[in-house]
Amino acid sequence: MTIASANPEILSELDRPNSYIGKTVPRPNLERLMQGRGLYVSDMELPRMGHLVFLRSPHAHARIADIDTVAAKQLPGVIAVVTGKELAPVITPWVGVLSHLKGLKSAAQHAIAIDRVCWQGEAVAAIVATSRAVAEDAAEIVRVEYEELEAVTDMRTALDPATPVIHPSLGDNLAFERNLDAGEVDTAFAGSDEVVEADFIFGRHTGVTLEPRSVLADWNAAEARLTIYQGTQAPHMVQNIAALHLGLGESQVRVVCKDVGGSFGIKVHIYADEMATYALSKLLRRPIKFVADRVESFNTDIHARDHRCWGRIGVGRDGIITAFEIDDLTGIGPYSMYPRTSAIEANQVVNLVGGPYVTRNYRARARVVFQNKNVMCQYRAVGHPIACSVTEGLVDLAAAKIGMDPVEIRRRNLIADNAYPCASPSGLRFELLSHHAAMNKLMTMMDYDALRAEQAELRARKVHRGIGIASFIEVTNPSAAFYGVGGARISSQDGVAVRLDAQGSVICQTSITEQGQGSESLTAQIVGSVLGVSMERVRIILGDTDNTPYGGGTWASRGAGIGGEAALQAAKILRRNILDVAAAILQSSPNELDLAGNAIVNASDGSPRMELRELARIAYFRPDTLPPGIQPELMATRHFVPREYPFAFTNGVQASWLEVDTDTGFVKLLRHWVVEDCGTMINPQLVDEQIRGGVVQGLGAALLEKCIYDERGQLTNANMADYLVPMSGEMPDIDVGHVVSPTSETELGAKGAGEAGTAGAAAAVANAVNDALRPFGAVITEIPLTPRVILTALGRI
Amino acid sequence: MKAAAFAYARATSVVNALELLGTHGDKAKVLSGGQSLMPAMNLRLTSPELIVDIGELAELRGIAVTGSIVRIGALTRHVDVLKSPEIAANAPLLTEAIAHVAHPAVRNRGTIGGNLAHADPASELPACMVALNATIVVRGQAGERRVAAEEFFKGIYATDLSAQELLVGVELPVASTNSSYFFHEFARRQGDYAIAGLAAQAIVEKDIFTKLRLVFFAVGDRPLLARAATKLINVSLTPEVLAAAMIVLGEELDPQDDHQASASMRRHLAKVLLARGASALLCRPDLNAGGRA
Repeated sequence: MTIASANPEILSELDRPNSYIGKTVPRPNLERLMQGRGLYVSDMELPRMGHLVFLRSPHAHARIADIDTVAAKQLPGVIAVVTGKELAPVITPWVGVLSHLKGLKSAAQHAIAIDRVCWQGEAVAAIVATSRAVAEDAAEIVRVEYEELEAVTDMRTALDPATPVIHPSLGDNLAFERNLDAGEVDTAFAGSDEVVEADFIFGRHTGVTLEPRSVLADWNAAEARLTIYQGTQAPHMVQNIAALHLGLGESQVRVVCKDVGGSFGIKVHIYADEMATYALSKLLRRPIKFVADRVESFNTDIHARDHRCWGRIGVGRDGIITAFEIDDLTGIGPYSMYPRTSAIEANQVVNLVGGPYVTRNYRARARVVFQNKNVMCQYRAVGHPIACSVTEGLVDLAAAKIGMDPVEIRRRNLIADNAYPCASPSGLRFELLSHHAAMNKLMTMMDYDALRAEQAELRARKVHRGIGIASFIEVTNPSAAFYGVGGARISSQDGVAVRLDAQGSVICQTSITEQGQGSESLTAQIVGSVLGVSMERVRIILGDTDNTPYGGGTWASRGAGIGGEAALQAAKILRRNILDVAAAILQSSPNELDLAGNAIVNASDGSPRMELRELARIAYFRPDTLPPGIQPELMATRHFVPREYPFAFTNGVQASWLEVDTDTGFVKLLRHWVVEDCGTMINPQLVDEQIRGGVVQGLGAALLEKCIYDERGQLTNANMADYLVPMSGEMPDIDVGHVVSPTSETELGAKGAGEAGTAGAAAAVANAVNDALRPFGAVITEIPLTPRVILTALGRI
Repeated sequence: MKAAAFAYARATSVVNALELLGTHGDKAKVLSGGQSLMPAMNLRLTSPELIVDIGELAELRGIAVTGSIVRIGALTRHVDVLKSPEIAANAPLLTEAIAHVAHPAVRNRGTIGGNLAHADPASELPACMVALNATIVVRGQAGERRVAAEEFFKGIYATDLSAQELLVGVELPVASTNSSYFFHEFARRQGDYAIAGLAAQAIVEKDIFTKLRLVFFAVGDRPLLARAATKLINVSLTPEVLAAAMIVLGEELDPQDDHQASASMRRHLAKVLLARGASALLCRPDLNAGGRA
C-alpha cells in the first residue's frame, strides 16, 4: 500500500520546527485503550444500581390492549416493572421536526409506548432488576395482549389511499417533501443527444458500532441533579434534551461521556430507550444502567439509506452533461428521529446530486414517508452515498451510451479547479475544491491506462474485471445552518480552554468528543504545536458537561475543523500570555521570545532562555518577584464557529478494481483508491485511517449490508451471523492520496475527513461491477450487489 | 442476551457423563467447545436445565492413526485437526475443509464432536465425514455403537444420536495413495456458513474416475452424497457427460430458500461446484469454461 502524504510546504506558520501539525504521531489514548484501561459505560458500577431490560414489541404495528406485570414483579431480584403509562408523568413526549425543513411533520413519541407500538422492537415495558439476567427472566413473564394492526412496510405504497395512515392526526404518511427546479431542465433534456435513466435501489442498513448504545443514569435526589454517563457524540445536546423533557434546568443535568466504542452517527440521536433510562432513574431514585444487546441494537439503533431513487441524465455526444433529474423516495420508520429529524438524509440527496459537475440544470423531488419499521436517521456520510451512487451511476450510464471513457466524461464536466468560489444548482457554496487535481492524482496512483490494458487482456481469457470511478463532494464543518436555524438546541460552535499547570504541563478542555477517531490526538497536536510543548505534557479532557466549554461535540466531520480551530485560537492566547510573563521575567519583549521544547527560547536563534516549568513556578508561587502590575493569566478559552460558509465542502474521487465471477455472482475486491482534499491535515495517519474506515463501511453497503424486513415488518436478520458487516478477509488494500486545499475560513485550514470514504465507495464498486459486466449487457443499479442480484441480472438463475 | 439459569455438572468420566445424560435425557445438553451452544443459550433459543460439561474428559481428545484407520476423539479442537500432520497425510480433505470452519477464535474452542453432533446442514465437517466414508462412534449406557456417517445425519440439527448418548469420536479410513480430493464452498465472507459447498474424494486412473464421492452441503437439510457422481465414473468425461450429471444433480437436490440464496440459486451453484470439482480432480480446465460472455 502506498500513502501519498500531505505536502508540508503548504503549511503556514503552524509548520514550526517542533510542530506536530501534519505529522503522524501515536494517539495519546492508545496505550490506555490497548492495556484495557478504557472506561466504557458497561464497565461502570454504582451502588444500588439497577439493570434495565426492555420488553419489546414482537409486532410491527399493534394496539396494546393490556399489560400484566404482576408475576414479573414478584420474581426475586426484580426492582420494578414500569409501563409507558406509568412512566409518562416523569417524562414528556417529543416530536422530531425542525422549522427549516418546511412541512416536515411527525407524531409525538413516548419514551415507552403507551397505547400502540409502531415498529417491531419498540419498547412496551421496562424491567429493572439486580442483574440483566434476572431482568430478562422477568421480561419473559410480562404478559402483553396485543391487537395487531395492519403494518405499512413498502415505501412505494405508503402514500396510496388504500394504505392505512400510521398517525391519523397527521392526515397521511408523508413526513416531508422537497422540490427543487434549477436552470432549464426540460430545455436541456430536449436538446440532449442522449438521455439515460435508471432506478437506483439502496438497501436499508445500519452502523453496527462495536460498543452498543449504553447509558447509566444516576438521579441524586439530595442534590436534585441527574448525572448521565453515556456513550454519545454530543453531551451538551443530551443535557439539553434530558433537562427539557424531565422538567429540569440544564444545570440539574450533567452528561459524562467516557470512552466510546464507535459511533458513526448512531450515537448522536436521542433514543426512546435512553430517555426511559433517565426517567426511570428519577422515578426509582437510584442509578439505572441500560446496555443494548446486539439484537436490540439491530432493532433500535437508527437505520439509514433505505432509498429508491429514479434518476436521469442528459448528455451531448461531446460528453457535456446537460441536466440531472431525480425523484427520491425513502421510508423512515414511524417517527422522525429526535432532535435532528429523519428528513436530513433525503434533503442531503437533493442538495448533493450532480454536485461535482458544472451543469446548472437540475430538478429534484424527494419524498420521505412513514412506515412500520425501525426509525431511520443520520448515519456516517448522511445522504452522500445515495447522491454519489445516483450521480456517478448516471454519469457512467451516459458515458457508456455515447461510448466515452468514464474518466474522460468526468474531466469534461467536473467544475474547474480555478472556478472557485462558486455554487451548485441547489445553492451549496463551494469555497475551494480540487476535482481535477484529485482525478489527476488518482490516475497516477492507479496507473489507469495500464489497468485498462490489463482488463482487456484478462477479458479475452474470460476473467471479468471492472474499474469504477466515483467523484464526490462532502459536507463538513457545519455552521448553525444544519440544525440551529431550524430551532434545535444543537450547538454548532465549539470551545477549548487551555491552561498551563504549575509544572509547565498543559491541560486542555474541549467540547468535541472522542469515539475512536482521534479527537484527543488532534487537539493535543495543535495545542502542543502552538505552545511548543511536547505532546506527552498535554492532557486532554473531553466529554463532560460540567468540565468542558459548551459545544456541539463530534459529528458531521466537524471535530478537527471547528474544535481544532478553537484549540488553535485558545492556545495562541495562552502563548501570548506566557510570553508576556516571560518577557517580564527575562526583561525582554514578547516579540523577541518564542516557545519551543517546553521552554522559552529566543525567537531569533532558538537558544533556550527559561524552562516553562520555571515560568510556571514563578507565576504560581512567586508572583511577588514579578514586576508591579503583572497578573499572569495562564488559562485561556476560545470558541469557534464558521461564519462565512454554511459548510466547508471537501471533494475527492475514489476508484475500485474488482473481479466478478460470472458463474457464481461473487465479487472479489482487488484494490481501492481514494484521493481526497480535507485541507490541512493535522495527523495524516488519522486522516488516512478515517478514510479507510469510511471506505470499508461503504464497501459493506455496496456488497454485504442490508436490514432485511419481511412484508409484515419483521426484521429477519437482526444478528451478526445474518447481517453481514464487512470483515478484513474481503477488504482490498485501500490506497489513500491527498490534495490539500486549506479553507481560508480558519487559520488552521482543516476541513473534515470523517465521511469522505463512505460517501463514494459504494458508487465506485457499483460502477466497477457494471464495467466488468459490460460484455454481458447487464446493468445493475441496486446495492448491496449480492451474488443473487448479480446472477439474476446475468440471467443465470 | 443472558442465558436463563441452568444447572451445571462437569463430567468426571465418559461413564459419569452417560449417567447424567441417562438421568436427564433431553433436558440436558452436552457442552463441548460451546461455539454453537453458548450463543444459542444466550439468545434463549435453547434453555437446557442441565449442562453436562465434558471438557475434562481427556480420553476423548486426540488424533491417532492405527493401521488403516484414523481416529479423532470427539473433543479434538478444530485447530488441532487443522494443524495435525496425521490428518494432513491421511485425510487431507479434512485439513483443507476445516480452514473454512469459522474463524481462528472459533476453531480454537470448537470441537469436531460438537460440530458433528450439532449437525448444521451448512457445516463443512458433516459433508467431509460422508465424503471420507467415516464411521461415527457413539457410546450409550448400553455400550458403544458405530454408525456410518451417511446414516448419521438425519436433518437440520438432527442426527442418529439419542439424548442419552455421547458422540465419542470418528474413524476415517486412511486415504489411499492414489486418491485425490476437492473442497470448495461459496460463502459471502470468509468463515461464514456456506451458501453451497462440495467435499469430494476420488480415485482417478488414466484421466478417468474409478471412484468418486461427491458430497454437497448447505444445499439441503443434510449432506447429500450425490448420485450424479455415478454418471462421471468409468467414462471419458466430456462436456456432454458433465451436462448429464448436472441434470441428475439438479433433480436430486432439494435446496432451501433463505436470505443468501434461493433454491434455484443453490441448485445453480451446486452445478458450478460439480463442474469445478470434476475439472480440478481431473486437471481438465477445459471442463470449467469460466464466465461465459
